[in-house]
Order: sequence, then C-alpha cells, then structure tokens
Amino acid sequence: MRRKYVRALGAIGLSAALIGAAGCQAEEENSAGGNDCGGKIAIFGAFSGPNSGLVIPSRDGALLAVKKHNEANPDCEVELQEFDTQGDPTQATPVANQVTGDESFLGVIGGAFSGESKATMAVYEAAGMVMVSPSATAIELTAGGNEVFHRVVGNDAVQGAAAAVYLRDVVQAKKVFVINDGTTYGAGIADELTKSLGELAGGTDQVQEKQVNFAATISKIKAAAPDAIAYGGYTNEAAPLVKQLREAGIATPFLGFDGLYDPSFPKGAGASAEGVIVTCPCLPPDQAGGTFAADFEAEYGGPPGSYGAEGFDAANVLIEGLAEGNTTRADLLAWVDSYDKEGVSKSLKFADSGDVDESRVVIWAYEIKGGEITAQQEIKLS
Amino acid sequence: MRGRGFPRPRNGAKGEKPVNFDALFGDLAQHTVDGLSKGAIYALVALGYTLVYGVLRLINFAHSEIFMVGTFAILGTWSLLGVADNPPIGMAIVYLLIGLVVGALASGATALTVERVAYRRLRRMNAPPLIFLITAIGLSLVLVELFALWMAGFFSGRGFTENRLVIGIPPLLKQETVLSVAGADITNVQIIMVVAALVMLYGLDQFINRTRYGRGVRAVAQSPDTAALMGVHQDRVIMLVFVLGGLMAGAAALLWNMRYGITKFDIGFVVGLKAFTAAVLGGIGNLRGALLGGLLLGVIEVYAATLTRSTWEDVAAFVVLVVVLIFRPTGLLGESLGKARA
Repeated sequence: MRRKYVRALGAIGLSAALIGAAGCQAEEENSAGGNDCGGKIAIFGAFSGPNSGLVIPSRDGALLAVKKHNEANPDCEVELQEFDTQGDPTQATPVANQVTGDESFLGVIGGAFSGESKATMAVYEAAGMVMVSPSATAIELTAGGNEVFHRVVGNDAVQGAAAAVYLRDVVQAKKVFVINDGTTYGAGIADELTKSLGELAGGTDQVQEKQVNFAATISKIKAAAPDAIAYGGYTNEAAPLVKQLREAGIATPFLGFDGLYDPSFPKGAGASAEGVIVTCPCLPPDQAGGTFAADFEAEYGGPPGSYGAEGFDAANVLIEGLAEGNTTRADLLAWVDSYDKEGVSKSLKFADSGDVDESRVVIWAYEIKGGEITAQQEIKLS
Repeated sequence: MRGRGFPRPRNGAKGEKPVNFDALFGDLAQHTVDGLSKGAIYALVALGYTLVYGVLRLINFAHSEIFMVGTFAILGTWSLLGVADNPPIGMAIVYLLIGLVVGALASGATALTVERVAYRRLRRMNAPPLIFLITAIGLSLVLVELFALWMAGFFSGRGFTENRLVIGIPPLLKQETVLSVAGADITNVQIIMVVAALVMLYGLDQFINRTRYGRGVRAVAQSPDTAALMGVHQDRVIMLVFVLGGLMAGAAALLWNMRYGITKFDIGFVVGLKAFTAAVLGGIGNLRGALLGGLLLGVIEVYAATLTRSTWEDVAAFVVLVVVLIFRPTGLLGESLGKARA
C-alpha cells in the first residue's frame, strides 16, 4: 500500500519538475538552432535514486565528451540536456514525449537501463530520433526491429555466452547452479547463460526482488553440489545471498554479471564478496583508448566507474554527427547507422539491429579483491 | 543492463521439476529449522503490531520503521566500537549485548516518538481510525526518506549523505553447526534466534499478566473508559505498549543484523508486512498468537520456496493466511489481549 503513496508523491514531484523544465526550455529555444553546426541532444537515465551508482559514470562520461568538444570548437557548440528518470520506465515515458516534442533535440543518449529503453523506444522511433545507449543490454531491445535504437555495449546474449566460456575454461566447472532474480535483466541473462552452458547447467532457483533470506536457495545448492554458482540480478539481493552462502560454508566460486559491476556490491557483502567474479561488456577504465581515463580523472577527481567510457563513446557518436552538419533528426540517424570509427571503449560500428557489431564486442571478467572490483582478464568468445 | 518494471515469468532449465517434493521431504527437518529461525524475526516484530492493536485497535504502520531504525543504531554503534569481522567469542558476546541495549533503546525511543507525533494529539481529538492509518504511513515515509537521505550515510560512517544502497554489517558470530537433530544441521545463530524469540515472548507475557503495569495494559485493552474510571492512566499505558513493541523490534533488529549482516533504508517494508501478516495469522491482539504466527509464516515460506522457487513463498504465505482467516476470522488463537488469560 505504501508503495502506491510513494509512486503518487513521485508523480507529483515529477510533474512539478517537468513543468519547471518546460518553462526553462521555452526561453532557451531562441538561442539554439539557426546554425548549421552543433545542436542539442538529450540524455536520460537514473541520475538519482537507488540505482544511480551504476549510471552516473556514463552520464559523466557523456558530459566530458560534450565539454571537450565545446572547448575545441567554440563556434560549433553542442548542448546536452539531462533528464533524470530514476531508471523507472513510467518516469522515462513522459521524458520521451517531452524530448521528442521539442524540435530542437536531434538525438538522445539512453536509456541507461533496459526497462526504460524498452518503454520509450517506440516513442523515439515515431519521432525518428536516434537513440544511442551506453549501457542497456537486454536482448529484446534490438530484436524487435526498432529503427532508431543503438547501443555501444554488447548485449546479454554475448555476455551470457562469455560467462559460459569463462565458467568452462577458467573455473573449469562441470556443474553450474544458475540463480536469477526474476527481472527482465536477471532472468534474461541467466537464460542466455543456461543456453550457452548446455550440459553444464545443473540446478536452478529463482529468487525475488527485496528477498533477504535465502535458506531455501542454499539448501537447493547444497543438494545439487555444483562447482560454480552464477547469479543474474543486482546487488540488493546478491549481497545477502553471497553472505549467507559463505556463512553456510559453501565456498563454491560465484559469478555475477554486470548488474554486480557496482561498488556497493563488495561493500554490502563484505568479506564474503572476495573472489566473486563479475562479467561486464565494459572495458576496465585504464584500458580505454586515448587520454580518456586521465581526462576523466582530471575532470571528476576519480577514475571512471561502470560504463564511463561507454557514456563518452555514446556521446561522441552523436557529437561528431552534429559537428559534421547533420542538423535534422533523419540526417543524424543516418550518420549513426553508418558510423565506423575507433571509440575509447571499443571500435564502434553498428549492425542493422542497432547492436554494436559482434566482432567488436568486448567482455571482461572482473574479480572482487580487497573490496574492490579489479579487472582480471578479457573473455575471448572464440 | 537493468530491466526494472518488466517482470516476466520464465521457465527454468530443462528438467527442472515445477514442484519438487523430494527436495522438501528429503530434508524436512532442515527446512523446518530454517523456517523457524526466519520466523523468529517476524514474531518479534509482530509483537509490536499486536500490542498496539490490542490496546488501541489500530495498526501502527510505522512499526516497520521502528525496526529499521534499530538495525541502523546497532550498525552505527558497532562501527563506532570498531567491530571487525568475527571477533573473539568473549568480545562478540559483549558487542551483542551492547547491540541489544542500543537496538532496544533506539527502537523504543522511535516508538515513543511515533506515538507522540502521529497518535497522541489525534487521539485526544477523537479522530476516526482511518486518520491514524494515514499519519502512521506518513510518518513511516518520513522515517524511510530521512534514513535514505541522511541517516543511513551517517550510521555507515559516511556523514550525512544520501545512501540508498545495501550496507554490510560485520559478522560477529561465525555461523557454525552446533547440533544435528534428525538430519537437520542447526547453527548457533539459529538457536540464538529461536530461543531469543521464545524468551522475549515469555518475558512479555509474564509482564502483561503478572505485573501492575501489565494489568493496566489489559484493563485499557478491555475497556478504556472503565480503566480510566478505575484510575488507570491511559496515556501512560499507551506509551508503555509502544515502548514494549519498540523493545521487541530492537531485539529483532539485533537478530537481523546477526543473521543477515545487511541493512538498508527500506529494509523495514518487507519485514513489517510479513510481521503484520504473522500477527493477523496468529490472531492480532494476542501475544502468543504473534509468536505462533511468526514462526509458522517463516516455516511456510521456506517450505514453499523449497517446493517450487523462492518466488512463490509470498504466494504460499498469503494463501495460508486467507485459508486460515476463512475458517478462523480472528486468527489461529483469536484476539485476546484484553481477556483475562491474555
């Protein structure tokens, strides 16, 4: 019951914010446009709220890209406007309507999460507005033939397959117990892993969001006696799960996906998180090309976190298009479709589906060491 | 990466049985032990709902946050004392006792505040029951956001910053199997949890039934007006039941920190909902019912999760609740705080 009140309050707050934002925009409109170079783009995602830790680095990466561009080209400025959705599809939808309804926006960076991307991609498609997501990885986003959606990361199918390779070749597991949290992301990626594992998949359980007690899951694991455990889901449930596993005396290797590529995971799970493997279609920050890592550190006083390099790349794809004089939505979309250049996270080229070209996807395995997520090795699919 | 808001049922791996009786009955004793220890926390929190309901005929929806405050107060104290992972047993016991005192004090004080802010003035004005429901929910939201925005950061040692993340608590007692009964491995922590719940209930039961204050509580529960005529100070009795509920929630918070080793600003929501369910299942207003309901709910959940998937535990719990209420509308043991036998 209480949750509804929260929603209602959130809706009121959001509409107030939107009215405010709309008011600001009316004033700005005159200054933008009328120029054959530069233009205005939007970025949306969870910049506040419980999941913002995963998203803020990519936004900061995008802001850095815009800043660098504007400093180098003062006569061709690009404007990036932020829209905070808290990762919530119901909050992302009004944002999509607002952005597409404003003719001065030519493209959008987002969504950061799969749910909000799925909820809004039809709106952006109807407006012919190109989307470049730094971090939405659900397979279905590019499977439905949407014309405008692009992403600069590998999808969950690739990550699931890579995790299977890792479990088979590096962990040398003969039997993997696969757990998912029932969300689109968690269940989807666990499914992909199970498919790729084939005969190695032995035993499964589904938990739910906000669950804290995993006694039943643990007794199932004990009964199955696997030699690796994989978890599709997020920190909120994974932290207590790993804690209880280790406390129950199960030292079996534990692998999570990019949902656990989150500094709060080792913090929440404490010593139990040591040795946990996390896969991510994201590059270790220090491996990023060019001077990205150093620039990011100089700008924000810390290393780029999850998807920082991807956020930078996503922004650059659009910025370069604007700088090339693509001043209509259709032109910018065509530009992105034919993009083929070196980014800082990977070499970027999009397949027809909007996925990054499969040969260029990068998946890394990270290990939790001393409470930090440290890069371990790149997982080669072939 | 994230796909919130689009839950979709999935079929598991091939060969997975939808209902696995072997898993349940092959190790029934173990699942029962797991369930009882899970239910112990529900039971202690349920006592708070039941006490307030028994006296005021109101559900205190802020009670879940009284529990949440306890978990944070204990966490804060432990980090202040510099508790490291798995300290020597002597120190662990000292820390646990300090935790118990701090948790009980923090939750008790929060409960008093809730009564003072959300209830007392309205009660004097004879507000209809619905109003109390709203003020309690309002206060509960305030507490949750207060912790999300400032206090969770403060108690986890990061100053008054926003912190909506899972916060780890150092494990004090290494969970070890100390007893094996009928194939069930029982850990030290599980024993502490169930024994603690039983001891707290026994103490509370004796307090309500044997002491002068307890008589006051029963009198107000039975008939507030008559009790007032007999010289029972109603406000004090009401404050007393809130404090008692808070103490139990504080103890539950300690058990929670010991067993799960994590907390979060919204941790109270699910626990509170389950504890409320447990109170209704056992018979709201009935102390022993709260204990029975809590333990039973824990066991049902673990059985259901073992039989199918963890996703189904809530479904099973509420199905049992509905069935019980159809046949016994006042819960398993009935409402009886006001009755002579409590």
